[in-house]
Amino acid sequence: MAKRFVTIWFRQLKTDWFSIRQPALRKQPFVLSAPDHGRLVITAVNELARAQGVEAGMVVADARAIIPSLEVLDDPPGLSEKLLKAIAEWCIRYTNIVAVDLPEGIIMDVTGCAHLWGGEMKYIKDINVRLRNRGYDLRATIADTIGAAWAIAHYGGISPIVEYGKQMETLLSLPPAALRLEFNVVDRLHKLGLHQVRNFIGMPRSALRRRFGKDLLLKLDQALGHEEEPITCIQPIEPFRERLPCLEPIVTATGIEIALERLLDMICQRMQKEGMGIRKALFTGFRVDGKFEKIAIGTHRATNNARHLYKLFEDKISTIEPGLGIELFMIDALKSEKCSIQQERLWETTHGLEDPGLSELMDRMANRFGYSPIRRFLPAEHYLPEKSFKLSESLNETTSAPWMIDRPRPLHLLSIPQRIEVTAPIPDYPPMNFRYLGKMHKIKKADGPERIEQEWWIQDGPHRDYYAVEDEKGGRYWLFRSGHYREDKTPNWFIHGFFA
Amino acid sequence: MLARPAFFRRVEKQATFMAITKTDIIARLKMDILPLGGLRAIPAGIVSDPGLGPLNEAFPQGHFPLGAMHEFLSNGQESRVATAGFISGLVSGLMKNGGAALWIGTSRTVFPPALKMFGIEPERIIFIDLQKEKDVLWAMEEALKCNGLAAVIGEMPELSFTISRRFQLAVEKSRVTGFILRSNPRNLNTNACVSRWKINPIPTFSDDELPGLGFARWNVELVKIRNGKPGSWQIEWADQRFNHITEWIQSIIPEPKRKTG
Repeated sequence: MAKRFVTIWFRQLKTDWFSIRQPALRKQPFVLSAPDHGRLVITAVNELARAQGVEAGMVVADARAIIPSLEVLDDPPGLSEKLLKAIAEWCIRYTNIVAVDLPEGIIMDVTGCAHLWGGEMKYIKDINVRLRNRGYDLRATIADTIGAAWAIAHYGGISPIVEYGKQMETLLSLPPAALRLEFNVVDRLHKLGLHQVRNFIGMPRSALRRRFGKDLLLKLDQALGHEEEPITCIQPIEPFRERLPCLEPIVTATGIEIALERLLDMICQRMQKEGMGIRKALFTGFRVDGKFEKIAIGTHRATNNARHLYKLFEDKISTIEPGLGIELFMIDALKSEKCSIQQERLWETTHGLEDPGLSELMDRMANRFGYSPIRRFLPAEHYLPEKSFKLSESLNETTSAPWMIDRPRPLHLLSIPQRIEVTAPIPDYPPMNFRYLGKMHKIKKADGPERIEQEWWIQDGPHRDYYAVEDEKGGRYWLFRSGHYREDKTPNWFIHGFFA
Repeated sequence: MLARPAFFRRVEKQATFMAITKTDIIARLKMDILPLGGLRAIPAGIVSDPGLGPLNEAFPQGHFPLGAMHEFLSNGQESRVATAGFISGLVSGLMKNGGAALWIGTSRTVFPPALKMFGIEPERIIFIDLQKEKDVLWAMEEALKCNGLAAVIGEMPELSFTISRRFQLAVEKSRVTGFILRSNPRNLNTNACVSRWKINPIPTFSDDELPGLGFARWNVELVKIRNGKPGSWQIEWADQRFNHITEWIQSIIPEPKRKTG
């Protein structure tokens, strides 16, 4: 069966997109510009500006001389790729082989599709109407080859359809640029007086190859259908989602468990093939009475281990209320990431934070208690002891700051220093005794003071003079005096920690 | 006359060797009994000795029992922190080959940077700070089942026999070493842990002429140890390892003093 191709040419893809987003621009000449060698060069022009003689490739300053009220907008890089890809994905409604043809076109293989719309004319019309309603100016054409379709889209007459096998006749009257040739080849053809394809199509192939290069022959063959033209069609992103309809509504926990297990097996099998893993997943049960029952889980590290995921869900199954029964189960991977394949057998003895068993354990804990109780600490560069560590975001996070351990630090630190009563000689001797929680401690040995100043760029306050002291029973404490002795007021003493 | 049954002949033959091999047999049988009591021989190569020195003689097989549950009792804040220090010293030995450990409890006061002084990389400890005792038990059991961990430390005042049995069974399978810190326990019941310890701080040593504190020093009391010999020692943590202290050495050789401002 002969192939049929559709090409869509967007005459002003980028400016149309801007007009769709900002309808006010429709009635005003505007251009898009990008910096190039220190100048602003126009990259796209809308219809109104073009009518007044502004073209792409001009410098913005020159264009402003022609139209003083010209609106100049930034051209975001990669915009056409993004737009064409989005449109191509939308075009999958017409055929499942859709390719992006940069900079401003789309190619579709529509072999055997057009009759579903009631003929090629209606097919093209549908594409035209729908895209025009969105605000794009376009020309869609259909032919046996991509080359022929492209040629009549850009250079052809009114009819957008090239009949079966008629590409040769259509091409004859078109200029050489319609063959998608490079600029210098087109230029040379014109210089030699070959203004139409008919002028050179009958020439010996060896002469054409010698004078104009292989590319001309290839493009000619592709346009005429003697040569295949490969296209890279876009792959629609399929969401990680699996469904499991049930013959009879499910009401029992065992039934839900089986459904969950089966869905997880299905989704994990697919993820293993694609090297992806789940970070967040949602399990939904559709009830007979139209309500949904949902349970969600999250993991610390992307995983496609069905058994582990099942364990995470297992705790929450009891929260599902089946009501009159659940008739459809669905699992969605809300967030998925690339996941490295674990060499399970060989490295099963790995220890430490990288151990997959540990991250699974953390998932189970987080699933039960939430993320907040799980804490891992990294050093922070602060002198105040209560600020000298910070919470780590993940199991893998590291920091270049070292732990500061040049000074004795207590193994237990009170989160809030507590007031104590002391007897201390002035000016800066350690106390002789102190009373904490109603108990008198007689100090036998002491070290200090170690002065820690407030970090003035963060907060104000008096400095602290820390003493490590030991009482007669061997208990070791970390005390500090807040501020200096002054005539009008005696400073407060606090206990801040316990040494091992 | 009937021939004597083969069984009797074997017994007689064995009896002649009895005198020589009796001690060997008893030693072998003792080794056979140990795994039944929850203590497993540690395969060579992965031994990480916490460096307890003379305490090793108190343990069965002459080695700190790994892959088992240890119970630590403390009364009061001073002994609680001393216990935490002693455990940190033990855990640092277990984490030498880059392992990770979990510290589970309801009222954590451990100051992470200070763990570094006990030879532990503080970022390799994951703290699980929970609200309820019940959650601690659940988390502890789950953690003990995870064989990727070097040690699990749990702080809980009460420990029933059933719970301790569950923990012990979990560690026998996973070979994780578990430590249970019980501060101010109300009920000193029997449980399935292989050992029970009491750690109390004692005054540090320093010359009379010099003020200041010496190295952390504890009275380590091994109250119970399955198949071992309980005892009491004085231990000091200095230079990232345990030092056993005997009084007469202390009086003759002065220790190096830590310089502090």
